[in-house]
Amino acid sequence: MTTLANARPGQRRSLWSRIRSGEAHLVLFFLLPASIGLVAFYLWPAIRGAYLSFTDYNVLSDPTPVGLANYQRLLGDDLFWNSLGVTAVYVVINIGVQTIVAVLLALLLHRATSSTLVRGIALMPYFVANVVVALVWYFMLDYQVGIVNQMLTWLGIDPVAFFGDPELAVPTIAMINVWRHAGYTALLVFAGLQAINPSVYEAADLDGAGERAKFFRITLPLLRPILAMVLVITVTGSFQVFDTVSVTTNGGPVNATRVIYLYIYNLAFGQLDFGYASAISVVLFLLLAGVAFLQIKLLRSNQTDLD
Amino acid sequence: MSVSAARPVAGRRPRRPVDAGRVLARVALAIMIVVTLFPFYWMLRTAFSDNRYLAADAGNLLPTHFTLGGFERVFGLATREDAIAQGGSGASIDFWGYLRNTLIVAVLVTAGQVFFSAMAAYAFARMRFRGRDALFAVFLSALMVPTIFTAIPNFVLIRELGLLNTYAGIALPTFFMTPFAIFFLRQFFMNVPRELEEAALLDGAGRIRSFFRLILPISAAPITTLAVLTFIQSWNDYFWPLLVGQDDSVRVLTVALATFRSQTPQGSPDWAGLMGATLLAAVPILIVFLALGKRIVNSIGHSGIK
Repeated sequence: MTTLANARPGQRRSLWSRIRSGEAHLVLFFLLPASIGLVAFYLWPAIRGAYLSFTDYNVLSDPTPVGLANYQRLLGDDLFWNSLGVTAVYVVINIGVQTIVAVLLALLLHRATSSTLVRGIALMPYFVANVVVALVWYFMLDYQVGIVNQMLTWLGIDPVAFFGDPELAVPTIAMINVWRHAGYTALLVFAGLQAINPSVYEAADLDGAGERAKFFRITLPLLRPILAMVLVITVTGSFQVFDTVSVTTNGGPVNATRVIYLYIYNLAFGQLDFGYASAISVVLFLLLAGVAFLQIKLLRSNQTDLD
Repeated sequence: MSVSAARPVAGRRPRRPVDAGRVLARVALAIMIVVTLFPFYWMLRTAFSDNRYLAADAGNLLPTHFTLGGFERVFGLATREDAIAQGGSGASIDFWGYLRNTLIVAVLVTAGQVFFSAMAAYAFARMRFRGRDALFAVFLSALMVPTIFTAIPNFVLIRELGLLNTYAGIALPTFFMTPFAIFFLRQFFMNVPRELEEAALLDGAGRIRSFFRLILPISAAPITTLAVLTFIQSWNDYFWPLLVGQDDSVRVLTVALATFRSQTPQGSPDWAGLMGATLLAAVPILIVFLALGKRIVNSIGHSGIK
């Protein structure tokens, strides 16, 4: 991405040290507001969240330390494991489909059009609120009045209970979010495609390589760093699905769509079990960090294949 | 957004015209556009429909029994009797109130976050001090913390401060900075030629003056982009306002929409009213997007992550 230090050693040292002298209070001035935000709403809550996970806390009275009880409870909590499983299935479908669609779309945007308007249209769903997107699709996929089932009927297919069928509810929600995110992801990939030097393809053309060979041998390997970055971002985001579930199925039918975010939300704000909810948040945090780390390792995102 | 008609892209290699492939690509693009745009049309179509006939006429691609009833219910213009007759809940929906709340929160967050993040980005990009890079790494590491992990303690904090159900409570956590905003602006500030600022500083302008008179104006474009992104994100936020802003007096649009959807006056939601409200909630963002879309589209990829 960028290098952290932009120091140019040796150059103009005298000038900069002159400017620098007496700047400490200025540095403080510039950093103060952001630091308040960082400490008050990121660092301190992170520490406090970790602490709360070792307590029994219902917000109304002071937290009582309970040691590892919350973590022990978690091991035997079927609903927790269910929420983890549901979330995993969601992430696999969401990311799997979204990445393929996004790469195809990026290729189309790269090769079949140069219109900013088309790119803008592709990006549009991403800027509409999750809640709005969820509600529109909730209506369009409704069993009785939804246009999608109407279209299926025209094709001679029986209506489908997209949200009511426990087997279909998670894939349905995953696809709704593919609709919202695919265009945005495609534009990130598109930027990667534009960075590929055309001469690489010219060389391949001279060697008589076909389209398929060029895609798998050139495009995909050269895209790997950007794909890795995109995947780390989208997977992390995908694990945190909440809005769409909250306004459509709210966890149902039964617990078929009770994703981990929703489970934590229900525990904390429904049952006022803040201690246990914090413990699950800690686990989710560690899980996300682990997944991100694995992806970076596996995809070797910091290296390109050009060297 | 303007149509940039077939602008030749520099450096594009000449291709053999493979007709079948080109046609296929065009068809695929057309499908993509239709799938993307159709839900927006469907909101419009349903909002102008009469709720009572939606079920019977579900396949009608035009509004069924065209009426403004849905919008009237959203704006609280319909009488209770009319609303109930058309499948509404009869309860008043204070759309303007929710719109005002969303606007207040989004403006607060955008103004605070962009300005304070710019200050921090300036320090990280242009000032030298001990531990600068380490401190920047700490700011960046906050990017990795999932929202829910800080949401619970932040809720507790806002509650302790007595700020539940206030605009301040909704805005505060993102008011001072986000790691992304600092990261984003720092990149641009670093690229301002050093000589420019040296000249200003040698002329006796202080750092603060240089920040306001040189760095901010010269970075107007990326700052605008960031402000637009921040505004949209804040406008669309649902999770945090749901936690701290349930009260009707500060309830934002997204939370209100979810509440509206859960009201099922006559067995099913008031679809026409709901789609009308949903569309209206999205319209300001769509306008912003249409006005500045080109800039946003082009900034993605340069700015990278969001």
